[in-house]
Amino acid sequence: MDFMVFQYPMISVQACLDGILLGILFALIAYGMALQWGVMNIINIAQGDLVILGGYIAYFMYLYGIHPAWGVIVSPIIMYFVGIAIYKLVINKVVDRDLFISILATFGISILFMQLMNFAFGADVVLANSDYGTTMLFNSNVVLPNSKIFSAFISILFAICLVIYMKKSRLGRAIRATAQNARAAKILGVDTEKVYAATFGINAALCGVAGALISITFTIHPYMGLPYTIRSFMIVIVAGLGNLPGVAMSGMGLGVFEEFADYILGTEFRIGSVFLLLVLILVYRRFKLSRKREYLK
Amino acid sequence: MSIGKNNIILYIGILIFGIAAPFLFPAFKVQLSILCVLIVLATTWNIQGGEMGYNSFGNILFYGLGMYLCASVQVGMFFPLAEWTESGGEKTFVHTPVQFFQGMAVGLVVAAVVPTIVAGLIGYSILGLRGHYFAICTLGLGVAAGEISGGIEIIGAGQGFTTPPFPNVGNLESRGEFFYYLSFLVLILTFIAVRGIYSTRFKLILNAIRDNEDKAEAMGIETMKYKIVGWMISAFFCGLAGGIMGGLVGYIDSTDVAFDGREMGVFMVLMAILGGKGTLWGPIIGATVFHIFKEGFWTFFLGWQYVALGVLIVVIVIYFPEGIMGWLREKYPQRFGEVIDEKDRKAQVELK
Repeated sequence: MDFMVFQYPMISVQACLDGILLGILFALIAYGMALQWGVMNIINIAQGDLVILGGYIAYFMYLYGIHPAWGVIVSPIIMYFVGIAIYKLVINKVVDRDLFISILATFGISILFMQLMNFAFGADVVLANSDYGTTMLFNSNVVLPNSKIFSAFISILFAICLVIYMKKSRLGRAIRATAQNARAAKILGVDTEKVYAATFGINAALCGVAGALISITFTIHPYMGLPYTIRSFMIVIVAGLGNLPGVAMSGMGLGVFEEFADYILGTEFRIGSVFLLLVLILVYRRFKLSRKREYLK
Repeated sequence: MSIGKNNIILYIGILIFGIAAPFLFPAFKVQLSILCVLIVLATTWNIQGGEMGYNSFGNILFYGLGMYLCASVQVGMFFPLAEWTESGGEKTFVHTPVQFFQGMAVGLVVAAVVPTIVAGLIGYSILGLRGHYFAICTLGLGVAAGEISGGIEIIGAGQGFTTPPFPNVGNLESRGEFFYYLSFLVLILTFIAVRGIYSTRFKLILNAIRDNEDKAEAMGIETMKYKIVGWMISAFFCGLAGGIMGGLVGYIDSTDVAFDGREMGVFMVLMAILGGKGTLWGPIIGATVFHIFKEGFWTFFLGWQYVALGVLIVVIVIYFPEGIMGWLREKYPQRFGEVIDEKDRKAQVELK
C-alpha cells in the first residue's frame, strides 16, 4: 500500500489525466461490445483478442518502416474483413442460441486467437514507437505523452463518425431497427443476416482502431486480450446498452480507477483489481435490484 | 437415469479396474491420477452447470484455493512458510515421511473445508446473479484470484511455490501409486456423494431452479439456500481435487497451475458439455474421452495444443451441445426409460 498519490496532489492530477485518456480508449472498445450485444445479443469474449490483433497490424507497419499512426486507417479495414470471416464461420451459428453458448464459443475463438498470435508474433511485449514526444503541464509536474492525447483524439473522432453513420446511413438505420426488433425488421425487408455480419465487422473494425492506438500508447502482448474484454463488459453493464454518453463516462471512470489502483496497490495488482471491480459492481447491482425483488437479466 | 439393470456388476467392475489400473498400465499412473481429478472437476461442475443451470467459470477458484491451502498447510505445519518459498523449497528443509503424510492429511482437510466456507460466504452475493452475468462474474472471480495470489509474497508470488517432495518410502513407484489411489479415493467419494444427491429431492429442486427459477420460488422453494448448498458441495470436492493436484504436479504457479481459468477452468465446462450436461455419467464419459483426446494431441502436435483446444471448444459448442449422453438418448430413448408414442412420432415426421 502506498498513499503517496494523496500526499502529492500533482501525482493525483497525473493519474486522473492518464486515466481519462486511457478511459476514452476503453470506451471505444466498449462501444463495439455494446453494439453487438444490443443488435445480436452476443457477448464476445474474443473482443480483447481482436483489439490485440489490430495492435499487431499497426506494429507490423511500424516494423516495415511505415509510421504506426497509419495503422489507425489500415487496421480497421483489415479487421472488418476478419470480423466478417469470424461471423460467417462461427457467430452466425450461435446468434439465436443461448447466451452461454455464445460466451463459450467466443471463449474458444479467444484461445485460438491468443495461441495463433503467440505463434505468429512471438511472446514478447512489444510497442510501436510513434516519436510524438511529450507535453508538460503545471510547471512540468505532469507529463503527458502526446501519443496518449493523439489516441484519445482519434478515439473520439471515430466514435463521433460512427454515431453519425448510425443515425444517417441506410445500414445504420437497418442496424438500429434490427436491434429494436429483429423479427419485425425481417418482415419489413431488412436482410438481418447481412446486418449481423456488418455489425460484427464494424465491431471488429472498432477493435482494430483501438488496438492500433494501444500499440502506439501502451504495449501489446498475445495474452493481454482478456482484460480488455472484461473492461468493456464492465463499462457496458455500468452504462447500459445504447447509452453512449454513459459508456464514455464509465470508460473514463474505469481508466481513473485503474491508474489510482496502480499507484496505491502496485502494478502487480492492476489487472486483479479490474477483475475484482467487475465482481463488486455485479454484486452491488444484484443487491440493489434484489430490494425490488428483481435481478440482472 | 439407468444404464442397464446390472448396475452393481458395473460398479464392481469399475472398482476392480480402478484398483488394478496402476498395475495394468504402470507407465500411465500420473495420467490416470489426472484423469480422476478431471472427472471430479467435471462431475462437480455438472451440479451447477448441468443440474442447476448456473454456468460457472469460477469453480477454478476453489480448485486453486485448495491447491494453495494444502501445500501451505503441509509446509507451514513444520517449517516457516516464508523461508520455504524464498529458498525455493526443498533445498533447506526436508519433510520426514511421517511429517509429509501428516501434513498432507491435515492439508487436504483444510483444502476441502476452507473453499466450502468461502463458497458459502460468497454464494449469497454471487448466486443472486443469473445467466450470463453469473458466468462473467465467476470468470472475473477466477482470474482476479489468480492475479491477486500472483502478488502475495508468502506463497511465492510470481515465482511459484514448490510443494514438498515425496519422501523416500517404498520403491520408486510408490509416489505414483500414492497419488493415484488418493485421487481414485476422492473420485469414489465424489461419485457416491453426487449419486446420492441425484437420487434425492435436492436434485429435483436444482432442476426446478434450472427450468424456471421464478416459478420454483413461487412454489415455496427457498432457491437461494439450495443454490448455495449446491455450490458448497462443488467447492468441497474441487478443493480436495486441487490439493491432490498440487502435490501431484509438485509446483504451484498462480496463473498457470492453480487459478488456470484458461485451461482447467474451461476444461471442466467442456468435459461436462462433451459428455452431456445434466446427467450422472455424462461428465465421467466426457472427461475420459477429453483426456484421451487431449493427451494424444499434446503428444503428437506439441505446440499446437491450444489451437486445437480452441477449435475443439468451438466445434463442440456449436455442433455437439447435447453431448455424448444427449446423442445416445436421442438414438436409444428406450434405454433411458422414455416411452415413445409411435403415432406421435409419425405425426412429427409428417410435419417436417
